[in-house]
Amino acid sequence: MAFLDNLINGMSLGSIYAVIALGYTLVYGIAKMLNFAHGDVIMVGGYVVFTAMVTANLSPWLSILIGIAACTVLGIVIEKVAYKPLRKASSLSVLITAIGVSYFLQNMALLVFGEKPRTFTSVVNIPKISLFDGKVVIKGETIAAIIVSVVIVVCLSLFVNHTQKGRAMLAVSEDKDAAQLMGINVNSTISLTFAIGSGLAAIAGVLLCSSYPTLTNTTGAMPGIKAFVAAVLGGIGSIPGAMIGGILIGVIEILGRAYISPQLADAIVFAVLILVLIVKPTGILGKKVNEKV
Amino acid sequence: MKIAKKLMALSLAAVMAGSCLTACGDSSKADGKGGDEKTLVIGGSGPLTGGAAQYGTAVKNAAQLAVDEINEAGGVDGVKFKLVFEDDEADKGDKAVNAYNALKDKGMQVMLGTVTTGSCLAVIDKTKQDNVFQLTPSASAQDVIKNDNAFQVCFTDPNQGKASADYIAQNNIAKKIAVIYDNSDAYSSGIYNTFKSEASEKGLDIVAEQSFTSDSKTDFSAQITAAKNANAELLFLPIYYQEASLILAQAKSAGYSPKFFGCDGLDGLLDVENFDKSLAEGVMLLTPFAADAADDATQKFVKAYKEKYNNETPNQFAADAYDGVKVIAKLVEKEKIKGNMSTSEICDKLKNAITDGFSYDGLTGQGMTWGKDGAVSKDPKAVVIKDGAYSALDK
Repeated sequence: MAFLDNLINGMSLGSIYAVIALGYTLVYGIAKMLNFAHGDVIMVGGYVVFTAMVTANLSPWLSILIGIAACTVLGIVIEKVAYKPLRKASSLSVLITAIGVSYFLQNMALLVFGEKPRTFTSVVNIPKISLFDGKVVIKGETIAAIIVSVVIVVCLSLFVNHTQKGRAMLAVSEDKDAAQLMGINVNSTISLTFAIGSGLAAIAGVLLCSSYPTLTNTTGAMPGIKAFVAAVLGGIGSIPGAMIGGILIGVIEILGRAYISPQLADAIVFAVLILVLIVKPTGILGKKVNEKV
Repeated sequence: MKIAKKLMALSLAAVMAGSCLTACGDSSKADGKGGDEKTLVIGGSGPLTGGAAQYGTAVKNAAQLAVDEINEAGGVDGVKFKLVFEDDEADKGDKAVNAYNALKDKGMQVMLGTVTTGSCLAVIDKTKQDNVFQLTPSASAQDVIKNDNAFQVCFTDPNQGKASADYIAQNNIAKKIAVIYDNSDAYSSGIYNTFKSEASEKGLDIVAEQSFTSDSKTDFSAQITAAKNANAELLFLPIYYQEASLILAQAKSAGYSPKFFGCDGLDGLLDVENFDKSLAEGVMLLTPFAADAADDATQKFVKAYKEKYNNETPNQFAADAYDGVKVIAKLVEKEKIKGNMSTSEICDKLKNAITDGFSYDGLTGQGMTWGKDGAVSKDPKAVVIKDGAYSALDK
């Protein structure tokens, strides 16, 4: 029974990693860059929603919309200011810039919101499900996170494969120069990708803070990195892969903590990353792409 | 052109030499020779920014309050106190040392600090080398007082663990106990270790030992599941309030409602913005200070603190700091310390005085005495969170 409980807790954590990993994988898949600031956009989203909902006392739904709008704008601004000037630079420069943006956001949040932790009010009002006389409990947040991640996977897949903008994204991801020659505006397509990725970050922030209701300036950092591992495990660039990877990482982490050692749980998660990179670098659902010379 | 360059270089060199001289001149204040006869400088160091800022701010505020009270009463035999306070961000390295050096530059003669254990460990060998009398209000690790110039106002961690186990056993609060502690933190594992050995002596049964590390302190579901499945009646939390607030929330959503028992690290729980205080209802903690205690000294202190600092209720750290300053004042009175004595001379006198039959009735304990090891001896008080506020368990 304890195993079932741990498994459900793992899926609960994993479904949140999945939503975060979707943002990672989308941006990587299209723009071919690792946006390490993604976790911190989540944190900003959490603070915006907190401010709207608790400080300004708006309704949860309106607060989430404000959060999504704020993160979308933030994503576009980050892309324009920090990444666009580096479009022709090596991917290492972009990666380091992303780390810089990440630290910038963390410290800005420290400056604006201060160091005191805030307790987030859960926006989920789905009742929890108790099984076996309360021995196993499925939290409302878990149900919400799983539903939200499935909805996002379906919507994103439909958007990417069946709309003009989505197909433009696919074209950009395959070959920027060729896409430009075909009349696709590469810059605006990449901006759109960042906008969507950051909007997803706001949703992830709300889910993360609803499940783990403490909000500080580093709230997004560790989940962001774990979600990155999840995206790699699922096959970075693959939308359903992010979901599968996220859930697997969550389950591995919780089972590792429960049955092996709480100290080693994080090490196990990162060992999975190393194993995946050695055995199957493209991840579970990743496609092997031959590098053209 | 060449001459101009040379002149430039020369003048720059002169400026640099000059600035070095002035810098050296300034530091003469820090040589520990003492200054004005009528002023004794107390240096405080603690986190005013960062995650532990609540603690440092409370200590600074309360120490200032105590200093003001002493000065308004005309000082100690005419010697007025001056508090200088530096932010060490609860850092375990350079920032703590920098804060200490800055205090020395400001002429510190007696040290009230540091607030947190990590920072304290970073400076103890420096205070020993400089022979500065060091009284920490709240750094609770045992190593903090390993040098003979360092003393504590608060309990040492092992004492908290022992006292918690004793309290639980004596009052028959629970028999089956689960523990969740941070084993990457000296405070938490220090308490846990003595709790464990005392608990087994008192016949308490620790049915689940669960830990976490500072890198994974948001998801406690596995630990809570383990405690729940072991049917623990009481969850002992020798951790800080931020993690405790998450554990309380996650235990509730997992449908697990044991008794909760913590140490002074839980102080601050009720001040987390937007925290659902009903989660903390019934949480017991061992802390030497309860703001609602009925005795006159506490009432007077709480009233004065609230008046001075935006109606904030002082926590245990504030009380420790207030006691710390008052203890220093009593010792200064006993030894007839003057502001123009050297730091080292003051240290030698104070450290002998504090262990030589000295006793102090403070906010955080009656008849506080100190041993040569630097640890304080006093009785802990247990408080329970009731209707969103602390209230004494054994009034």
